[in-house]
Amino acid sequence: MKQVFKRPKSLADVPFHFCPGCHHGIIHRLVAECIDRFGLRERTIGVASVGCSVFLYDYFAVDVLEAPHGRAAAVATGVKRARPDDFIFTYQGDGDLAAIGTAEIIHAANRGERITVVFVNNAVFGMTGGQMAPTTLLGQQTTTTPFGRDESLSGYPIRMAEIMAQLTGTCYVARCAVDTPKNLMRAKKSLQKAFEAQVENRGFGFVEFLSACPTNWKMTPQQATAHVTEVMVPYYPLGVFKEDENPN
Amino acid sequence: MARSNTLLVKGNEAIAMGAIEAGCRYYFGYPITPQNDIPEYMSRHLPEAGGTFLQAESEIASINMLLGAAATGARAMTSSSSPGISLKQEGISYLCGSQIPGVIVNMSRSGPGLGGISPSQGDYFQATRGGGHGDYRTIVLAPHSVQECYDLTMRAFDLADRYRNPVVILGDALLGQMKEPLKPRKHRGKAVDKDWALTGAGGREPRLLKSLYLSEGELTKHNWMLHRKYRRMRREIRYETVGVEDAKLVVVAFGSVARILKNAVSMAREQGMAVGLFRPVTLYPFPQAVLRRLAERVNRFMALELSTGQMVEDLQLSVGPDVVDFYGRPPGSIPSPDELYREIRKNYRKRIG
Ligand SMILES: Cc1ncc(C[n+]2csc(CCOP(=O)(O)OP(=O)(O)O)c2C)c(N)n1
Ligand code: SF4
Repeated sequence: MKQVFKRPKSLADVPFHFCPGCHHGIIHRLVAECIDRFGLRERTIGVASVGCSVFLYDYFAVDVLEAPHGRAAAVATGVKRARPDDFIFTYQGDGDLAAIGTAEIIHAANRGERITVVFVNNAVFGMTGGQMAPTTLLGQQTTTTPFGRDESLSGYPIRMAEIMAQLTGTCYVARCAVDTPKNLMRAKKSLQKAFEAQVENRGFGFVEFLSACPTNWKMTPQQATAHVTEVMVPYYPLGVFKEDENPN
Repeated sequence: MARSNTLLVKGNEAIAMGAIEAGCRYYFGYPITPQNDIPEYMSRHLPEAGGTFLQAESEIASINMLLGAAATGARAMTSSSSPGISLKQEGISYLCGSQIPGVIVNMSRSGPGLGGISPSQGDYFQATRGGGHGDYRTIVLAPHSVQECYDLTMRAFDLADRYRNPVVILGDALLGQMKEPLKPRKHRGKAVDKDWALTGAGGREPRLLKSLYLSEGELTKHNWMLHRKYRRMRREIRYETVGVEDAKLVVVAFGSVARILKNAVSMAREQGMAVGLFRPVTLYPFPQAVLRRLAERVNRFMALELSTGQMVEDLQLSVGPDVVDFYGRPPGSIPSPDELYREIRKNYRKRIG
């Protein structure tokens, strides 16, 4: 019988600690599959950020370095400059990448660092208990926007993929979701493209994932996934924003 | 590099030259006066040595790039001056927590705030007390000449690797800008086996460098382990003494002030005063035990600093508060040997007679 489903080699054989219905686990799996697909496990260095994915190193069977909150792109820059032949990826939440780490991600992208960035947009600060993130939607209630996010106070939800695509230094930029099997397959494809950009030394790859946080959204796993489809996708359109075949 | 040649260079340049000679191949920095000669030198000469110079978007990015490069086992450095060093503190704390070596140069200027660009020793506390959050220490080396800028930078890389800990070089605007003869010498430090470096898990178990410890008792253990390491660093204590053997008053100073003080002390000697100089070269660990022993036969000590008094506290902890006087100069002007001589004379007459 043909085996159709197995644990990627790059994924450690331990259960995830994520809340039920959290998409972090699915995204971890996609990244691990991609590392396996390109045969990169033995020359991958992952850069973990601070957020619910801080325990990246417990789940990936690769070398991992912990970065201070928001600084993963700068840390990855240092790693890649010192190990240009290794495969370097960061895995960052929207607080990490789009709030405290905005300068680092913009400049790493602008330099065209040969790194791959996995950006998880769940519209909240998950780890710290569901506060507003820069990606929190207008009207969305969080623990620090008890009356809903109000643009006159807190500005607008930031669309990182679109910003990254504007930078000359980026090579591949896409936004994906894992809310439906079809979107999951697309996400897989996008991740591969972002990996290829680095593997072929063409440039900086960026994949934004819309991700459910049932715990802080105060929803069931099913409701949270439906919320991605019905509420997040309309504001954060899925698709490929940039695909450069030529090195930059 | 021709070893016999004597060059005339600035302290800043000597630091950059010493770093490259010691095998530093990655430099990350963000411009700030008065240390710009360091990144400028590195941008020109690191590529020749097969290394990478990168001007980062901020000091925060610089220290984190250093963290990334050094985590792979490479020798890496960043340099800045006071406000920029403040921004690096979170990164330095992570370096200590994750036990990643690296060299951080602070050619300090004056504060607080934007302060000014004149020399100051007001960053002593920040450098010697950890500087960032958490219970940690960094080795701190304080050169007082251009030659020492070169030599101590080489040493800083060796110490960083030996202890898997960041090392801070604390200089100031005066030291960075002054030109003196330098005799470059070959780096002789032994390469350390970095069995912790992240190089991709090829044919071995995956490695991890982190500072987060959440399970029961783990962080306590980690902190005690670091503490024992900081105690071991006492082996690296270095200091210089001038004429302390028969001294009745010992003046204590580090870095550029010690430099000026050397002249003032010989002036005092010429006038028949039994004055000696004690200059800590390692500010952390501080030469506490040596000073304590010295205090068994020397009655009076006097700390001189370009601040309102920071190192003086370490001196008091070493020899007791009752035998220490202090002369401080907040930033704004550099004292001349004459002025320091007069301060010493005043103190000598009052305390010794
Ligand atoms: C300098 C600093 N500031 C704040 C924090 C606290 N903190 C930890 S994670 C986090 C935000 C996490 O949110 P996100 O990046 O969106 O990741 P998620 O947990 O949602 O996956 C914050 C603010 C910190 N660790 N360090
Ligand atoms: S808090 Fe949210 S993001 Fe964090 S693990 Fe739980 S569901 Fe996932």
